[in-house]
Amino acid sequence: MDINLIITSFPKLIIASFTTIKLLSVSLLIGLFIGLVFALLRINNNIILGKIAYGYSYVFRGTPLLVQIFIIYYGFGQVELIRESIFWSVLKEPYWCAVIAFALNTGAYTSEILRSAFQTIKPGLIEAGKSLGVNSKIIFYKIQIPIAIRQSLPAYGNEIILMLKGTSLASTVTLMDLTGVAKYIISTTFKPIEVFIIAGSIYLFFTFIIHNIIKVLEKKYSF
Amino acid sequence: MELLAFGNTGWGDELFIATLMTVAVSITAMVIGFIFALIFTPLKLSKYKFLNYIANFYTTIIRGVPELLVIYLFFFGGSGAIMYVASIFGYNEYIEINAFLTGAFSIGIISGAYSTEVFRGALQSIDKGQFEASNVLGFNKIIRFYKIILPQMLRLSIPNLSNVWQITLKDTSLISVTGLVEIMRQSYIAAGSTRDPLFFYTFAAILYLLLTFLSMKFINRMEVKYNRGF
Repeated sequence: MDINLIITSFPKLIIASFTTIKLLSVSLLIGLFIGLVFALLRINNNIILGKIAYGYSYVFRGTPLLVQIFIIYYGFGQVELIRESIFWSVLKEPYWCAVIAFALNTGAYTSEILRSAFQTIKPGLIEAGKSLGVNSKIIFYKIQIPIAIRQSLPAYGNEIILMLKGTSLASTVTLMDLTGVAKYIISTTFKPIEVFIIAGSIYLFFTFIIHNIIKVLEKKYSF
Repeated sequence: MELLAFGNTGWGDELFIATLMTVAVSITAMVIGFIFALIFTPLKLSKYKFLNYIANFYTTIIRGVPELLVIYLFFFGGSGAIMYVASIFGYNEYIEINAFLTGAFSIGIISGAYSTEVFRGALQSIDKGQFEASNVLGFNKIIRFYKIILPQMLRLSIPNLSNVWQITLKDTSLISVTGLVEIMRQSYIAAGSTRDPLFFYTFAAILYLLLTFLSMKFINRMEVKYNRGF
């Protein structure tokens, strides 16, 4: 056990974990929006839109995140059309490629979580709203959305933790996030156990915080 | 399409072998995971607090730390640990462990943590009457476990184990960082030498989709088979 290495690498890993948090929060935010849109397409009565949304979630849940990042980062750069378009200024940055991949991936999972939440809302609640003469927009925003959020909190908490672990893949496209820096230190010092202990504890600490935030929210919105 | 030709002109045969490698690693990892789960599930449900702590420590750490970090730990630390053990017995040569074993073992430990949780849930949902009935009939503990509890536990855990299988299958793509030539690594090599990453990574995605699709079909059939009579 090399205590010195633990002390010297700790600040480096803490700084790197800010990149991880930034990646996580940006991609969760975009992913939540994507997830909501596709969940609404799924519960929509239009069969074609429903099929498209199903296809999206099937493809992104059925393939590894690593493939998705590689397609966006290495694959898209090859297409002449993309390189000449305005998207290139975004897609040439490894950071944005990672964010896009993470957002699309978590969006697929989120859409499934929200869809099942919308589908488990008791029809009686919506019918009660209708018979009280509330218009359908208000039913959606004031009845369906709050219940769906409450229903999906536990599953969404798991998804946030999975995404936190997913952001470690950003290190494969040259981003120096927590795992990236940990790998760099391991490969220069050949002391994997010490580095694993620190990096692992930082990840566990984040998991612990996320877990508790979700728990508090669940209690707050329970009915 | 000529990029996918079999033989020396295309990457078809290489990718086919790589797909088999992915399947082999996934199955090995799943089996290693089962072994871990069968060790840690009894610890989790044991009445001794200390054993519970050990099992909870294992599942919490593994499920809270990124897979990639676990793989790096075993990839860089594995041969060091084995060499250390060997040096105690007086063997000081360099030992390199095989990428397949490192990969399967690290993914196996990860899938073991998920399987432990699945088995625990299944075991807890077995009706109490089953335990009592087997006690009344005078079965001893070992027969009770193997003939009555285990079959029911496995049946109850099939749906959740299919999720674990999907996770394991997708996690094997991460082993490519250790240099094991599975789908992801082979696509990386092919993309590098043909300068056509979009095609090869998309093809890799299709291969993974095919694998998840086929395994879902297989698992659904298994579920129907083991649920007859219930």
